[in-house]
Amino acid sequence: MQLRPIFSSLRHHKLTATLLVLQVAFTLAIVANASFMVVQRLQRMGTPSGVTEDELSMIRVEGIGKDDNHQARHLADLDALGRLPGVRSAVAIGPSLPFSGNINSYGACPSQEALERAIAASSLDHSGCLSIDTYAGSPGFVRTLGLQLIAGRDFTAGEYVTGDVSAVMLTQAAARRLFPGQEALGRMVYAGKQGSRVVGIVRDVMRPLLRGDGSDHEVMLWPQLPDGDSVTYLLRSAPQHRGRVLAAAAAALQRLDSRRLIPASGQRTFAQLRAHYFQRDRTMVGLLVAAGLGLLFVTVLGISGLANFWVQQRTRTIGIRRAIGATRVDILRYFQAENFLIVGGGVLLGMLLALALNLLLMSRYELPRLPLAYLPVGALALWLLGQLSVLAPALRASRVPPVVATRSV
Amino acid sequence: MFAYYLDLALRSLRRNPVLTGLMVLAIGLGIGASMTMLTVLHVMAQDPLPQRSAQLYYPHIDPLPKAYPAHNDWGDPSDNFTWPDAMALLERAGRGAAMAGGNVLVWPVDPDQMPFRLQGHYTTAGFFGLFGLSFEQGHGWSPADDEAHARVVVLSHELAHKLFGEADAVGRMVRLDDSEFQVIGVTADWAPQPMFYADASSKGGFGEADRFFLPLSTAVDLDMGVSGNQASWKEGENGKRSPGLTWLQVWVELKDAAQVRAYRQFLVDYSAQQQRLGRFERPAQNARLYSLMGWLQHEELVPGDVRLQLWLALGFLTVCLTNIIALLLAKFLRRSAEVSVRRALGARRRDIFLQFGIESALIGTLGGALGIAIAQAGLWSVRHRPDAYAAVARMDLSMLALTVVLAVLGSVLAGLLPAWRASRVAPALQLKAL
Repeated sequence: MQLRPIFSSLRHHKLTATLLVLQVAFTLAIVANASFMVVQRLQRMGTPSGVTEDELSMIRVEGIGKDDNHQARHLADLDALGRLPGVRSAVAIGPSLPFSGNINSYGACPSQEALERAIAASSLDHSGCLSIDTYAGSPGFVRTLGLQLIAGRDFTAGEYVTGDVSAVMLTQAAARRLFPGQEALGRMVYAGKQGSRVVGIVRDVMRPLLRGDGSDHEVMLWPQLPDGDSVTYLLRSAPQHRGRVLAAAAAALQRLDSRRLIPASGQRTFAQLRAHYFQRDRTMVGLLVAAGLGLLFVTVLGISGLANFWVQQRTRTIGIRRAIGATRVDILRYFQAENFLIVGGGVLLGMLLALALNLLLMSRYELPRLPLAYLPVGALALWLLGQLSVLAPALRASRVPPVVATRSV
Repeated sequence: MFAYYLDLALRSLRRNPVLTGLMVLAIGLGIGASMTMLTVLHVMAQDPLPQRSAQLYYPHIDPLPKAYPAHNDWGDPSDNFTWPDAMALLERAGRGAAMAGGNVLVWPVDPDQMPFRLQGHYTTAGFFGLFGLSFEQGHGWSPADDEAHARVVVLSHELAHKLFGEADAVGRMVRLDDSEFQVIGVTADWAPQPMFYADASSKGGFGEADRFFLPLSTAVDLDMGVSGNQASWKEGENGKRSPGLTWLQVWVELKDAAQVRAYRQFLVDYSAQQQRLGRFERPAQNARLYSLMGWLQHEELVPGDVRLQLWLALGFLTVCLTNIIALLLAKFLRRSAEVSVRRALGARRRDIFLQFGIESALIGTLGGALGIAIAQAGLWSVRHRPDAYAAVARMDLSMLALTVVLAVLGSVLAGLLPAWRASRVAPALQLKAL
């Protein structure tokens, strides 16, 4: 295949060809970065929480009298909830859960001295302490959440209190950070005025807010009973029963005491909690995908539109070439090669633009570096797309009969 | 002449209906996407209080201990004030108010009905004059009421109507949380967006209007719940009045540049004085005074995602316009023969340029009209996002005008190069080929 005639023909359409090259380049730059962002967001949205998400639902109850005996109230509620058909277990749970956005965090230290160092400096930095999130609940909450005990034991009934706790559990990640290279089980952790003993280690569970800095699993469990006007009950049931269980729970709780609020916004499954937490990411994924598809569509439109014009414009030339011996395949190849060159130029420029755009995004939006693999994949996709969109006009060109050469326009 | 060119343009566009439709669609999509995001940004950055914003200022001092983390998950704790600082700053301002958001249980008049939770503000007497709220009935409270921790409340029109129907609300009693308050005024509904005066770090700056206002001193007395960001660094024995707990917002009115200068100096002097007393640890030069719009910028109410979406939309528009330029260029050049005939018959370059210019503008106008429709659909979908800012995403007249201008300007600019190129066609060369 001779490329020289293609180049000299393109030189006649310098401006148009340049514009098309630019368009392909912009498209590749944006689409490569957009798909990278989509993958990032999808990974974020797929972050496992560490609890048995598809079996959990929550219901929040708000007392309106100040003089209630909260503990007696909770016991009566839990007793009624536990009897509901479909409920495998029911516990009262503290203010925070993975992806709930409610933070209940403390500075936790591996020793009394470290705690004093941190207090003296009013800072956790360089003290060996770390900012740890806590999950709390009534007896059985560790099992109801579906957390797996790796070492040690669960809390005993006597350890559940409303004030300062004497026992805690750590996730593996938190144990590693607090006691690097040592056995954490049985050690003391200082997170308040007094120390608490580590009685168990559980498999990693997510913090209430994603940080994405490698500290996402630093969580402590403690047997502190919820004790306020407002309380959230956690229900575990088979996935298909969640909706029914929530409705039955709301009715049962209202029956037990009509003078309290059970807002609809406080009744949700864990799946809903997760969906709410990642709602912005979902919007962003939708927009990025729509924009990417839109761009590809516009690019296909540009390539095929232009090819159409050129075929019309060159009908006579094509006729002459056919008359002096070019085969149909030659004509077809000519247009395909032309498209290959234009898109190729665009793709080369586009890869550079994609990297530049990525650098810009990295500086402004804390995006990681674009993996280089995206570039050849994107390039290949655009080449294929270019060939597809030029196919119809090129076929039309190849069907131009040689006799056209003898006619005037 | 214009009508003739318009007719020519219409004929030319009708000759390639599919291509014309696709070009219009490309411009429409680009314009629609860009305008959706520009409108969202526009409403998020708008002036919430156009009549008064020029004289409203938010002071900033830094009472935090040196090692206190500057930013936590909920924003900067030094953006709020401690009780003693807020009171000292108010004393010096001519007109000003300290405030904090609150979420209380409101009890209906009928004791058998269930109470409901509503958002309002605890504030000082100056609030209503400072922000220019208008009263439908009654009035706000006086500084003396602040002093006396009076159990009085001002309701919004909506809440007054919900509680008392059409009847006069002033003078009636309403139970909030566990205490009875006397209604002394009803304001017209007031919901500046963004809610510049609320604790932005915890609310995101956009949200539901306040339904009630009651004296800050009373709320502190009754230990009513605060809905904003609270950061403490001292074991406080004074509760909410502790010098080691930031939770209040303070706004002051300053009428001219001289007052602004004087107040800024006062903030530095005050910080220096507190530093000498051993209370403040950070440099007195950290003291600042923000104008209302400056404060909104400082709070960065626009989420990074929204800005990213705008860039995405503008990138999309760029590709669409590049595409249109290439297509128009090819289309116009294909008509070189026609141009040459017209040139040979006496048309000037200017005429050719005008003819093709009008054809581009026509595509632009159609694309703009489609863009407006797409932007409206886009904004509709934005309003259905659960974010707090989503509800205010509406296109006003200025944005509508901007859409049309952007579309026509964009496509005329896009048509400029192709039309110019077409007008440079050498007639002799083309005519020979005929």
